[in-house]
Amino acid sequence: MKRILLTQSKSPYSAINAQEGLDAILMGSAFAECAVLFQGDGIYQLLKHQNPATLGTKNFTATFGALADYGVEQIYCIDEELTERQLAPTELVIPVIPITRSGLCDFIREFDLVLDF
Amino acid sequence: MKIAIVVQGGPYSHEASLSALHFAKATLDAGHEIYRVFFYNDGVYNASDLIAPPQDETDIRGEWTRLSDLHDVELITCIASSLRRGLLNETESERYEKSAANLNPAFEISGLGQLIDAGLSADRTVTFAA
Repeated sequence: MKRILLTQSKSPYSAINAQEGLDAILMGSAFAECAVLFQGDGIYQLLKHQNPATLGTKNFTATFGALADYGVEQIYCIDEELTERQLAPTELVIPVIPITRSGLCDFIREFDLVLDF
Repeated sequence: MKIAIVVQGGPYSHEASLSALHFAKATLDAGHEIYRVFFYNDGVYNASDLIAPPQDETDIRGEWTRLSDLHDVELITCIASSLRRGLLNETESERYEKSAANLNPAFEISGLGQLIDAGLSADRTVTFAA
């Protein structure tokens, strides 16, 4: 089975990429084995206690909790990026597997298809 | 080689669509096949039939249509992205009871499955992000 990596690279409400990326993850899970990498400010999508109602934006991040139900269980982030943003894994809505920045290229090479959002 | 192209940027506001267009032409010139061009995110604006650029600027939508006419390239816009941004064909315009349709006929509205299928079927997938 082919393996897809979807990367979420933008903060949750700065652009619609985050929400439309999540849609692509859910669709991809119906076709192939999917993994997700939260990189750069994309990691902010996973912060707990988000309340974007005052922005007039839907809190789509609740859907991340359902990724496992779609068979998407490989969720990655870059270890150094958590440190740079002073984030602890306990502050995130789902468990993430940290990889090192130096290992990123080898990690990406393991996939047949990479889609960036 | 079969190439899939993903366009995420709107015409004139972001370089992504012009770069994708140049890449698509180069792909065909080099003898490769374009499996599909998938327009996602603001990329769906490339499909608007109502774009009327100044005469001394590239007619980006027109270039996509010509590419499709000359080389039978499949141009697909994501339905969720399109509806959100007001890019409707006749069918969707009637379904949502809107006053007009504006999707250029060279483009088709379809689902995200077409993006995943393109990525899995092509030898290479090249994304022009915004």
